[in-house]
Amino acid sequence: MIAWTIYITFAGAFGLLFMPRFFTRWIALATALAGFVLSLLAFFEAPGAKTFATIVRLPWVPALGMQFHLAADGISLTLALVTGLTAVSAVLFSWDVERRPNEFFFWLLLVIGGSYGVFLSADLFLLFVFYELVIVPKYFLIAIWGSTNKEYGAMKLTLYSFFGGALVFLGIVATYVTAGKGNVVFALDLQRLAHYQFSPDFQAWAFPVMFLGFAILAGIWPLHTWAPTGHVAAPTAGSMLLAGIVMKLGAYGALRVAMNLFPDGFLMWRGWIAVLGVIGIVYAAAVALRQRDLKFVIGYSSVSHMGFVLLGLATANVLGVSGAVLQMFSHGVIAALLFAVAGRMIYQRTHTRDLDALSAMGLGHALPFAAFCFVVASAASMGIPGFSGFAAEITILLGVWKAYPWAVLVAGTGMVLVAAFTLRALKRTFFADGTAADVRNVKSVTTLPGEFDPISVAEKLGAGLLIFATLAVGLYPKLLLDRIIPAIEALRVFKAGG
Amino acid sequence: MAGLISALIFLPLAGALFAGVAREKHARGVALGFNALTAIGAFLLWRNFDTTAAGLQFVERHAWIPAIGAEYLVGVDGLSLLLVLLTSLIFPFAFFAQRAGRGFCALMLLTQAALYGTFTAQNFLLWFLFYEMSLIPAFLLIKIWGGENRDRAATKFFVYTFLGSVAMLLSFLGIYFAKGTFDFAALAGLGKTGLLTGKVAWLAFGGIFLGLAVKVPLFPFHTWLPDAYENAPIGVSMVLTGVLSKMGVYGFVRLLLPLFPHEIQVLGPWLLALAVCSIVFASLAAWAQTDLKRMIGYLSINHLGYCMLGLFAVTAPASRPLPEIQAALSGVFMQIFNHGITAAALFYYAGLLEQRRGLRGLNDFGGLMQRTPLLCGWMIVAMFSSLGLPGLNGFIGEFLIFKGSFALAPWPTTVATLGLLVTAIVFLRAMQSLFSGPLAASCKTFPDLQRSEKWVVVPVTLLMFALGIAPQFAFRIFNATVMQMARLFA
Repeated sequence: MIAWTIYITFAGAFGLLFMPRFFTRWIALATALAGFVLSLLAFFEAPGAKTFATIVRLPWVPALGMQFHLAADGISLTLALVTGLTAVSAVLFSWDVERRPNEFFFWLLLVIGGSYGVFLSADLFLLFVFYELVIVPKYFLIAIWGSTNKEYGAMKLTLYSFFGGALVFLGIVATYVTAGKGNVVFALDLQRLAHYQFSPDFQAWAFPVMFLGFAILAGIWPLHTWAPTGHVAAPTAGSMLLAGIVMKLGAYGALRVAMNLFPDGFLMWRGWIAVLGVIGIVYAAAVALRQRDLKFVIGYSSVSHMGFVLLGLATANVLGVSGAVLQMFSHGVIAALLFAVAGRMIYQRTHTRDLDALSAMGLGHALPFAAFCFVVASAASMGIPGFSGFAAEITILLGVWKAYPWAVLVAGTGMVLVAAFTLRALKRTFFADGTAADVRNVKSVTTLPGEFDPISVAEKLGAGLLIFATLAVGLYPKLLLDRIIPAIEALRVFKAGG
Repeated sequence: MAGLISALIFLPLAGALFAGVAREKHARGVALGFNALTAIGAFLLWRNFDTTAAGLQFVERHAWIPAIGAEYLVGVDGLSLLLVLLTSLIFPFAFFAQRAGRGFCALMLLTQAALYGTFTAQNFLLWFLFYEMSLIPAFLLIKIWGGENRDRAATKFFVYTFLGSVAMLLSFLGIYFAKGTFDFAALAGLGKTGLLTGKVAWLAFGGIFLGLAVKVPLFPFHTWLPDAYENAPIGVSMVLTGVLSKMGVYGFVRLLLPLFPHEIQVLGPWLLALAVCSIVFASLAAWAQTDLKRMIGYLSINHLGYCMLGLFAVTAPASRPLPEIQAALSGVFMQIFNHGITAAALFYYAGLLEQRRGLRGLNDFGGLMQRTPLLCGWMIVAMFSSLGLPGLNGFIGEFLIFKGSFALAPWPTTVATLGLLVTAIVFLRAMQSLFSGPLAASCKTFPDLQRSEKWVVVPVTLLMFALGIAPQFAFRIFNATVMQMARLFA
């Protein structure tokens, strides 16, 4: 069933191209909704998906061992679910795209379909194809519909992604050649490879190459710089998908491919991953504290949150890694909500994201619903209990206590910094004491408070969906953890060394 | 009666939803309506509470996140019940104190739900959920509806508390990692033999201590408090001092003392010194204030200092006779309750004065006794209650704390009496400049207490007298709990 998410999304994407403008957004919404409902059904379908079980397996290029092979376990299902969720709200938040809407939604659905594909692929080559498929549409989304330095942002993001992709490709080729000695037929099959014993020497260099390739997309420090610029330049739906899902592709690849195929290499290098993760948490939070552009603040917060994912992965114990997967879900929802408020609700009305300009507008009074959403998203992002961010972060930190007690302290500092910059952004955007008179003094502002369009129904629905998700998972994380933990326990890393 | 505690927690949450969508002018009515319901709930809890039993009652337990040891586990013992009752008293009082729109009411009700949760949760993660849940509403309440320096005050309040919370959370994760449980009762059982050892124990102790000391606040972690109390709108100040500050004291009693008896004993003299500093310095600082709300804020630190003195005296010294421990603990609990009522009342009066004058400096008033005798009379009762006059509620708690602590830790207690002296000076000076002397020109048109205000003032004052003259009914609530704790510490 879950495989249909891919087919429907791609069918919708190509179908869109032949439709009159009037229908496009409805078709996009229907497609995204279908994907979401399917992923939801598949997620709750009993019994829990413990092992990475095959759904579809068709020969593709048999001579080279390539297959169209899809499989899913609790990790895949969780991430497919967040993809569906973010996709629906991303479409809702681009309800009023006027410029070339057919193309816009086409690229958007390609990103979504490709993401489903990555999360469900059980063939290394297929996974790589989907992975690369996501990059191209991102470029067009940013370069055509973006704002603020869009060409630069798009180019930087694409180059970084391709560079990461090249590293991954190198790793895949090496894997293929090594595992395919004698019999090439199953050399790309992730299920088989998960039991293949690579020599430690091979793992020692193949793991870092592969891991780094994926981790670039997850925003690992110091190769994270594409993320903030890309997020800022992207149109709202683009930032939502980019931060919400695309960064997860990297983390997922790191877990599913790099860590699971090369457990010895992982155990060898995990200390370094932890160090980079921790630096990412603190560094990005500190940088976010100094930003003037609201979207940059959120962009850096994404890097900081993804640092938690890397740190969780590095713990190599069930709790830490489960927490990392939970954090991928949680950050997907929270980042999408933050970008939706900043990009759609605020920027489209005020035409500025400069914190100083915003603080002169008294947006808290002008747009109370946006203020409410941003308060919820900020609370979730800071890791206030009751929201998904907290559930994920404590699960990670429990794992970190076991593996790297020192890192807990640093991560704690990071949490305080995250709270500080989130609070600063929240305050200056919505709760500064500005009056209309001040606004006139800020040059870049053309619209005065009171002239803003009211928040539309589509925006309210999209935001409501995300808020519900972060609260539901925050109050009852068992919902996801029941699926994630068995799947993590079934991974090889925990049987071998952890 | 099994679901009573959950009802108490979820009623204000529902109230927040209703108040959030109500008409602007109906919001306060909705909030008060829900407060009437929670008051009934709290009353039922009290009537059905078995005062002879020491353990938890009305326990509800459900699985929540088994993977990380989180349970929905709520229950009340004497201390919890006392604080639940206090919460139910202070919130309606605070709603009466000021005009409130729907946003304000919704956030206040959220805070109320968080407080009920904090005082009844018996699993650390659940407790922490509620503990933090009060933070964002309180921040927004100060930030949006506060006074002149609200921005700075709200941020300072949030950052200090959040820093403390993170430290506390990390420490508890460490404890969980070592012991595998978040259950308060189980942890307290383990605490007797030493929960952790070596450096880790000190780290964990430090983190939890920091979190709670900021919340109370204890000198030198108190600097956020005067700003926050001064700039918060009056209803929020009442809640902050009346109930929120008790979260810290409650945390000390429930978490720190049972879990780290060894560490506290080693650091005993230093902790006592901090408590004494809180008492003496805060009262001196109050003396130096000219702003009424700021002055009451510093006095709040001073009064909570007595609680800390009692608690540290109970756990710090090497030899600890049982009756003295009982006296000190009973005193601390009484003080928690009484300070909540009295400090909230003082803020209420400060709010009344500010409403009439538009300013609240001590020097902005004068000779009020001639113009508004009723207001002055009732306010003087609250002031005397705060400085601990026998016959009023403030006396009994402080008396018991001093009685118990003096036997356990004579020197610190002796120094702490200085605080009593200075407090008396502070209040007498305030009375003098507010009430006596020639009537200030700016106060010539002051109205005296309105009827609606009398409806608030009279019951509260009666309660002060009742608690002062016949405190037994409060003692009965927590007596069994005190006995049990005293045996734990002896």
